[in-house]
Parts: sequence; C-alpha cells; structure tokens
Amino acid sequence: MKESLSLKRYRGNTKWRSFTVAAWLGWQVESNWADPFLFSIYSVARPLAAVLILVVMYSVITNGVLDTPLFAYIYLGNALYMLVGAVITGVSWAVIDDRERYGMLKHLHLTPMDGYWYLVGRGMTKLLVATVSVLITLIFGVLVFGLPLDWATVNWGLFLSSTALGLICMTGIGLCLGALTLQTARHFWSMGEAVAGALYLFTGAIFPLDVLPSYLIPIGYLFPVTYWLEAARRALLGPHFVGFPTLAWLSDGALLAILAGFAVGLSVVSWLYYHWSLHQAKEKGLIDMQTSY
Amino acid sequence: MSELAKATGLKLFWYTVWARAYPRLIGSFREKSWMFFETVLPLLAVAAFVFVYRALDAPADYVGFAVVGGAMTAFWLNVLWSMASQLYWDKEQGNLEIYVMAPGSLMAVLLGMAVGGLVMAAARALTILALSTLLFGVSYQLGSLPFLAVIFTLTMIALYGMGMLFASVFLVAGREAWHLSNLLQEPIYLASGFYFPVRAMGFWVATFASILPLTLGLDAMRQLLFSAGATLGFLSVPAEASILAVMGVLFIGAAYQSLSKLEARGRRDGRLIEKRR
Repeated sequence: MKESLSLKRYRGNTKWRSFTVAAWLGWQVESNWADPFLFSIYSVARPLAAVLILVVMYSVITNGVLDTPLFAYIYLGNALYMLVGAVITGVSWAVIDDRERYGMLKHLHLTPMDGYWYLVGRGMTKLLVATVSVLITLIFGVLVFGLPLDWATVNWGLFLSSTALGLICMTGIGLCLGALTLQTARHFWSMGEAVAGALYLFTGAIFPLDVLPSYLIPIGYLFPVTYWLEAARRALLGPHFVGFPTLAWLSDGALLAILAGFAVGLSVVSWLYYHWSLHQAKEKGLIDMQTSY
Repeated sequence: MSELAKATGLKLFWYTVWARAYPRLIGSFREKSWMFFETVLPLLAVAAFVFVYRALDAPADYVGFAVVGGAMTAFWLNVLWSMASQLYWDKEQGNLEIYVMAPGSLMAVLLGMAVGGLVMAAARALTILALSTLLFGVSYQLGSLPFLAVIFTLTMIALYGMGMLFASVFLVAGREAWHLSNLLQEPIYLASGFYFPVRAMGFWVATFASILPLTLGLDAMRQLLFSAGATLGFLSVPAEASILAVMGVLFIGAAYQSLSKLEARGRRDGRLIEKRR
C-alpha cells in the first residue's frame, strides 16, 4: 500500500496529489473486479462490437466494398469517439460511484484534497482504458478491413495537439456533468450517456453532418468534439484524403484555434461551475445523499 | 390483509406475482420522467444509425430495420438491467432477504418482475417506434397482424424466461453482474442484428446468435413488417416461431431449476444474501 501510493512525494502539491491518487483509485475500482484477462476482454469486446455494427451496416449496403474514404471516416470517427464517451461519462460517474454506490463522497470531502483535480484523476482511468480500446480498434481496422492508416504519413503534430485540446474540452464537459450530478437526485445515471449520445449524433462521428436536416446541422458547430474528430481524422488519414465535406473549408490551423478557444472556455466554466456546485451541495446537505434512485 | 395471510398454493403464487409486478407497473407511470430518458437515449442511437444508412443511400427498408431493432433494445435493456441484475440489486439494497423470508416463491417474484418489466419496456418500445416512424418516415407492409402478435408473444416469453434464468446466474456473479450487463449490450446488438438483418453475419454466426430469442424474434418481425424482410430473413417465419416456442419452455424450465439450486445452496452455505463489494 505504502509503496504503490508513495504519499510522501505528493504531499507538497494538493492538486497533483489529488489527481494521481484519484487516478490510482479509479484504476483499482475499474479493474480489480476481474483478473487481467477477463478485464482485457471486457475492455475490448464492447468497443469492438460497436464498431463492427457499423462495419456490417456499411458492408451490407456496399456489398462488402470497404476501401472508400467514407468507410475510413466512419470507422475512425467511431473508434475515436470511444474517448469522448469514456472521458465525459468517466468523470461524472465518479461522483455517482462515490456518493451512491460506495457512500464515500462525504468522507472524501473531509480530506485535504482538491475535488476538481480528484474528478479529473478519476476520469483519467477511463481515458486510459479507452485509449487501449481505440488502439486495438485501429489496429484491427488496419489488419482486417485495410483501413488506410500509414504511420509514416500521419500528421503527428496535428493529431497530438488536437487530441490534447480535445481531451481538455471533454474533461471540461465531464466536470460540468459531475458538478451537476453533485446537486442532482434523479436521472444522474443517464445524464452522461445522454450527453455522449447527443454528441454522437451531432458531431459527425459516423456520418457527415450534411446528412442531418438543415435546421439541425448548426447544433454540430456548437461542440468541440466536432472539430476534434475532423482534425484527428485529417491528421491520421493525410491531407489528400477526401473526408466529410462539412468542415472541409476550415484549415488545420483554424481547427486548432477553435479547439483552443473551447479548451480555455470549458476549463474556466467547469472550474467555476464545479466550485459553485460543490458549495451548493454542501450548503443543502446533498454531499452525503444516497438516493437509491 | 387477512385474505393474503391465508393464501397458499397457486393463490399465493398469483398474489406474489402481482405484488412484485405492482411497483413496476405503478412506478413506470408515476415517475413519468423515466420515460423521457429511457426513450430519448435509444432514440439517439436509432437516429445515428438511420443517418448512417441515409449517408450510404441505403434502401428505405433498412431504415425500418434500424427503427424496429432500436425499439427492441428497450426489451433487451430491460431484461439485462431489470431482470438479470435485479436480484443482485435487491441483495445490495436488502430486499432479497425479505423475498427469501416471505412465504411466496422466488419463481413468482421473478415472474412478477418479468410481467412488470415487460409492460414498462413495451411502453418505451412503442414510444421509440412511434417517434422514429414519424421522424424518419418509415413505411410498413404488414403481412399478418395475428402472426406478428404470435411472434412477438413467443419472443417475449422466451426472452423474459431467459431473463429469469440470468437473474440467478447474475446473483452468483456478484459484483461482476454490473460488468456482465454492460458487456452484454453492444456485442449482443451486433450478434443479434439489431440494426441490420442478422443474415448478414453469415450462417454460423446467425445460428449461434439464435440462442438469444431476440435474434429470431426480430428477424421474424422484420419479415412480417417490411417488403424486403422476407428476402433478407434468416429462417422462415414458421420455423423461427417454432424455435422460439421451444426456447420459451426451455428457458423457463431452466430458470426454475437454477433458482431452486441457488436457493438450496444459499440456505446451505448461508451466503445468499451476503454483501461483498
């Protein structure tokens, strides 16, 4: 216990300590119910099945022709979207787990920790598991379906910078949901999924936004995930690949600038909203609420 | 109260079924906001798959396939989360020990859960179906309404029979029940062809997936609802109906056996209501 936590090292910095200990705790909660083999099957089976549903749908309609730009965009979009669901729901579920399932939230808030960074840390575990799932799904796509990914031509600068900004945005959304959950007695189970489901529909993850009715298309422009998916797909498939037309008019730099704007905005909003929400939850006596809802 | 106290045999069984079904029936209509979340979430998934088909210029019937499959997810999710996992939840919340101590049989409790859950899920499925049909302009070519009703009934009997069987299996699984239920979503949507004709998975995968009643039930319903359904069906509708009928008997019988064994083991070892996290 002492060795794995090495608490001495972290005593100086509350934020860093809260983040790392939460990430370690999250990993224990996520993984210790099963042996590593079963856990790895569990971590891979769901995302792989989700992407295979789309592959079969695509294959049925195109009679098995998979070497098209549309297929690559759909496959990549769905694979990368795993990170969105994992981070957004991962952060907000930490509140549900601690409060409703383990009854630990009140005890946590009695300790000298930073709750904001604690939640970020809990979300990182889901991110780690989802990253492994994404990698396996991508490798599976390259090997089995001939996904045109060439590691040598990938624009790593664009991919890494857009992904870092995208993850900050998603964490911000997750923290807002987590903050909302602190004050919510009903439907908190479904909020993360509802947001992730809505983003799946409106961000062009698996189909071009232009397919949506014209009055719904602008909704897609409101979410950072739309820009991140576009940037990441461009970076992975190369500049000459014909992608979805919706954001084709935006340059790589413009995509990064928009993402940076969202990242700053969501970080500020999530920080303010989390602290206000925590204060409200404490004032109203909701921090130790167990609704059994 | 005095009448309940005297109930024995079949009368007790009947009362127990309705006592367990009652909170689900009443609860689903009293807490109307559940309906919003439980229909909107599947609706979002259905919409995403419909737009994928539209992006691919797929024939109109495929949109209908996705809509019907999406509506049927309500039943599968209900079986997973409100049947299979339910005894585990009940144990966690302290209800299971009350069920065990009560004079009614656990089989009646499970049947009550199934009846209540079926009504809840049917309301959600109908809402998803109606909204999706309106939103995406799905057109149906109904072959035979009575036959469709028979297929649906057989599918539900087999499906909820399987849910009753899973309930005791998941109870043994303990805290892994949660993860098992999670695991049995997307892989089952894939194997059972919720969003495409299961025949597309190939004969052997479709055959293997047919152990799940929804695979054959969904396939048969699509054959009866859409003009392209018959040409894209896996087996003939009468064959699928016969297999579903057999499945219903087998699953309910197996659920009874499994529950009896579990109860006997639990009483012997004294660990049926043990809480471990």
